[in-house]
Amino acid sequence: MQFRLETRVRSPAWMNLVLPVAAVSITLVICSGLIAAAGADVFAAYGALFKGAFGNRFNFIETLVKAAPLIFTGLAVAVAFRAKFWNIGAEGQLLAGAMAAAFIGAREGLPAWSLVPLMIAGGAAAGGIWASVPALLKVRFKVDDVVATLMLNFVMFYGMMALLSGPWKDSLSGYPDSPDIRMDAEFPILLEPTRLHLGVLLAGVGALLVWLLMTRTTFGFAIRAVGENARAAAHGGIPVNRVVFFTAVLSGGLAGLAGVGEVAGLHFQVMATLSPGYGYTGIVIAMLARLNPIGVIPSAIFFAAIATGAETMSRATGVPVFFADVIQGASLICMLVALLFTQYRVRVQTLARNA
Amino acid sequence: MSDIFEQIFQIGFFTAMVRVATPLLLATLGEMFSERSGVLNLGIEGIMLLAAMTGFSAGYFSGSLWLGIVVAAMTGIVFGALMGLLTVTLGLSQHVSGLGVTLLCSGLAFFGYRLVFGQPSQPPNVAAFESAPVPLLSELPVLGPILFDHVTLVYLAFLLVPVAAFVLYRTPWGLNLRTVGENPHAAASAGVSVAWKRYQALMISGALFGIGGAYFSLAQFNAFTFGVISGRGWVCIALVVLGRWDPWRCAFAALLFGAVDALQLRLQSSGVIDLPFQVFLLLPFLITVVAMALVARNARAPAALLLPYRKEER
Repeated sequence: MQFRLETRVRSPAWMNLVLPVAAVSITLVICSGLIAAAGADVFAAYGALFKGAFGNRFNFIETLVKAAPLIFTGLAVAVAFRAKFWNIGAEGQLLAGAMAAAFIGAREGLPAWSLVPLMIAGGAAAGGIWASVPALLKVRFKVDDVVATLMLNFVMFYGMMALLSGPWKDSLSGYPDSPDIRMDAEFPILLEPTRLHLGVLLAGVGALLVWLLMTRTTFGFAIRAVGENARAAAHGGIPVNRVVFFTAVLSGGLAGLAGVGEVAGLHFQVMATLSPGYGYTGIVIAMLARLNPIGVIPSAIFFAAIATGAETMSRATGVPVFFADVIQGASLICMLVALLFTQYRVRVQTLARNA
Repeated sequence: MSDIFEQIFQIGFFTAMVRVATPLLLATLGEMFSERSGVLNLGIEGIMLLAAMTGFSAGYFSGSLWLGIVVAAMTGIVFGALMGLLTVTLGLSQHVSGLGVTLLCSGLAFFGYRLVFGQPSQPPNVAAFESAPVPLLSELPVLGPILFDHVTLVYLAFLLVPVAAFVLYRTPWGLNLRTVGENPHAAASAGVSVAWKRYQALMISGALFGIGGAYFSLAQFNAFTFGVISGRGWVCIALVVLGRWDPWRCAFAALLFGAVDALQLRLQSSGVIDLPFQVFLLLPFLITVVAMALVARNARAPAALLLPYRKEER
């Protein structure tokens, strides 16, 4: 008997569900070693994590609130990676969107009803514009997108901090925070007395719209064609550079919306700790969803659950809260390995006996 | 204006330039080796961070800073090998594998530090490496303090440049490595194991990332903080392009970045320009992007970079 690897042409649809679940399960098993290393009981720790994330209505809603920005950054990465535009810059684009929203939301001259729509539009535009910089650098100057988007994350973060400690600082605060947005600019709460705000709903709708865009429009088709084979796409008459550019802008806009939600629905200002790496988590989320916009939703909820649950676990068992960060990295790697099953299948064959 | 120049471009500025460039030089040379073999190693940022943590911990508990450096290098080798498993053996996307390694290593660095040291009110620190002036040479006017009055790691890092150039251009090992990165099929038909070469390059790169990372926590500073690398690893990816995958040019690029970094530090502390200090912190990143825009058009990466190699595919 012998095992043989065969290449697959198409991978069956059930793999979209089975592979991420398998990858995550294996990750949780491997990472239980870290819980043991921290001197805690593995089952008690995972129990505390689960309870912290889903244990009661309040915790579950907190997980959903946390998932909102992650859905947007996950979508941002999923769209960009489809076109093989390596946007590692969702972090910076999120901050751009957040800053635009906080700026617009604090304007006194604007009519109250216009604030929320303007913040959404302005935040998406800011994220898109910030993403257009590395896109232009790529198509015009052949600058590597990974390097450019990463560098610009730091430019945006330090730029934001410079504004927050200088001209944009809230004079009433001792910290580098921006002034609060107006009450009328805050996203409505969907379910009193929780923190479930409009941004969570927008994230879900956003995922649906991106799915429609990717599967039902010519632009979506062009994005996928460019990602699969840019040369063939160009041969087929698709303006590759233009598609890459607008994919990047769309991706940045989605990341910008993550920032809008955090400002308008949760913090009502921008500050240094606005994003604990949501842009980078978006990469893990998108990969686990196999770049499928609808798949981004459960994937984002999972990582939101890990993040909120890890805090409960840390308080209950003393396992460092950074367990959540390890899970992110490990599940990305496990998912990558699991994806091999979409390319190959293992065939067991019995060899005919040699004469 | 001339006052500013006088304040800034003193001997101390050039000394700082060399000091700041050292960890970047180590990591850039590491990245150059792995890219020359055909693998983009985006694990750089995370490996540097994790090694800064493990190296610091080893130095802290053993009392030997050099043991810290060794542990940091070993950490890098382990995760360089992991990168090899993912990109070489399994042939997975180099971009996503590298990001995965970085995320994993960063998580492990934070987790491990908290596990080992808890949350002390005073972060633990070590007595960092002390400057070891080279006898006689450090007495030279101007050049002495700039080049020959540093910690030992600085000399080693710069000595590595001619060594790397010699190994890459003048030895069969280096020739094979370059062939593997340019035309793996040709290398394979000449009897070179493409996979093993790439593993070697990735482990070398990991070791150099590790030493570069530990330089931050054991030489430049005397403690580990979560923001100790904060993008310096990513910068090295750009420095390799600016250095056109050549050890000498990479050293030049690292020194140039060191100059920008030293300049922003001086501008920050001089107080001549009244701006929030973060403006100066963003300068190195902005200048890196601009520099990339200027040279990227003419950059020619190793031909097999990013391409997984499978024997049966021709």
